[in-house]
Amino acid sequence: MKKHTENALVFWLFLIPVLFAFLMVMVIPFFLGSFYAFTNWSSSAKADGGLRWVGLANFVQSFTDPSFLYSFGITLAYTLMNMVVINVVAFSLALLVTSELRFKHLYRVAFFIPNLIGGLILGYIWQFIFNNAIPSLGKFMPALAFLAEPDNLMLSKNTSALVAMVIVGTWQYAGYIMMIYIAAIENVPVELHEAAKIDGANAWMRLKAITLPMAAQAFTVTLFLTLVNSFKQFDVNVSLTSGGPSTMLLGKPILGTELLALNIYNTAFISNKLAEGQARAVVFFIVLAIISIIQVYVNKRKEIEL
Amino acid sequence: MKGKKFPLLIAELITAFLFVLFVFPFYLVLINSAKTAFEVTNVPLDWPQRWGNLIDNVIKIWTSESVRYPSSLLSSAIITALSLILLNILSAQAGWALVRTKNKTSNTIFFLFVASMVIPFQIVMFPLLSWFRSVTQITGIPLLRTYQGIVLSYLGFGCSLSIFMFHGFIKTIPLELEEAATIDGCHRAQIFYEIIFPILTPIQATVMVLNGIWIWNDYLLPLLVLGKGNRIMTIPIAVSNFAGAFVKQWDLILTAILLAMVPVIVFFLFAQKYIVKGMIAGSIK
Repeated sequence: MKKHTENALVFWLFLIPVLFAFLMVMVIPFFLGSFYAFTNWSSSAKADGGLRWVGLANFVQSFTDPSFLYSFGITLAYTLMNMVVINVVAFSLALLVTSELRFKHLYRVAFFIPNLIGGLILGYIWQFIFNNAIPSLGKFMPALAFLAEPDNLMLSKNTSALVAMVIVGTWQYAGYIMMIYIAAIENVPVELHEAAKIDGANAWMRLKAITLPMAAQAFTVTLFLTLVNSFKQFDVNVSLTSGGPSTMLLGKPILGTELLALNIYNTAFISNKLAEGQARAVVFFIVLAIISIIQVYVNKRKEIEL
Repeated sequence: MKGKKFPLLIAELITAFLFVLFVFPFYLVLINSAKTAFEVTNVPLDWPQRWGNLIDNVIKIWTSESVRYPSSLLSSAIITALSLILLNILSAQAGWALVRTKNKTSNTIFFLFVASMVIPFQIVMFPLLSWFRSVTQITGIPLLRTYQGIVLSYLGFGCSLSIFMFHGFIKTIPLELEEAATIDGCHRAQIFYEIIFPILTPIQATVMVLNGIWIWNDYLLPLLVLGKGNRIMTIPIAVSNFAGAFVKQWDLILTAILLAMVPVIVFFLFAQKYIVKGMIAGSIK
């Protein structure tokens, strides 16, 4: 009996610190936030007075705001492009550095290093590259002089600026995803490749019949990671484009590369609509949860098929 | 034999080219940190005329009032170190308690931690600020703009993944080890700290690497919890402050970036093996 109470005591003593922190920063804010999204919550209407239930008003307002709809669209486009480009680049890099290259260890480190540096700093570096370094290429190759014209700057137009964000995202993330693919590729037994070689399979056939199916589990992980991280992208967005350049949609001026995370932040702090920003965050959460569940479900089924 | 070598040669060339492409941005940061403002805007791709400029620029950033590099570096180090120590010890003991106590409460708590990993920071960030403010009003303990507030936040946001990873590792440790210690008269808590915790070294390394990279580079959470214009500033906030205040002064912005990257790269070169291993292990879990 004494033993039992002692175990229960240690159980709770060991859990209380993390439970306390978890409650303070996750659980309570999560429920408060889900509630505030349906109220007129603002810096003046605080929890202790003036807070009123407004039903779906914040959600209706969000979905009739062109900037939110636009952010939604480009976030989906950005996420999709990022997922495809990062994974194709990462897998190719992994194939290259698992072959018998002379400096393969050096290459692995070099491809991986951008991942250690925060997105905010990477964004500033690339802002410099797109705005200063690339335009000055014309000094070395006169044929590239057109790059210096303000109209041809990557960050001066919405579509190309979004592509620029994919480039930075790939540079940042491909090395990390590559490491996961390397682990998967190196797990494939050498005998499989040797047997296939004896049977006359060429490199392409071996890739399709052996490496890809054996790496199926890795694909579930890498696609999930790139999906979630692209959808939540904030740091690179802030430092590379700050959401700009501006453009017009449905007669309203909006920011041309403002992804959802930045849109939520700006709604609350720039437009001072805290409750509406919170409602958008709720929508953000639900959409992210749904698409990542679909992705994992589809990938798991593919895993079995392969 | 020749037909076999040729594709490999192509692969060598492609990889070498990609290597240059990946490293080039870092090279640009380095050479342009050693230039004057005029040089940076006019010849961003050229070799610097005088490397001595690098020292001048570094001194300017080191003493700049908007970067406050030495103090920001110290704050970043304090926040990261405190958060890592707490996350490591407290998540390990929580993970152990959850594995070794099998009942409904324990299962429910573990499930809650795992489920919370899908919740994005965006949905909790605004209420977190107002909740912290209310807590301060009631208890008098300042949370916003303080070390204790941000460390508590990292503990709360980081514990789920850390507990999950410790949980997975502890499950593989044979129970006999603890039973023997119980017979020897060891106390429960003693068993954990003296026998289990030392065995957890490999998973501790993984947890520290994953959390360390996240916390050191994080921008949004410190921006909200510490706020702008605070005495306590992390490196990413300092860089963004500086870039905002000195728009287009690329010689100095790039020097600030260089100084922000140096600690990370030095650390990586020392702990390379653990970092790469840790990050892969973390992703697969």
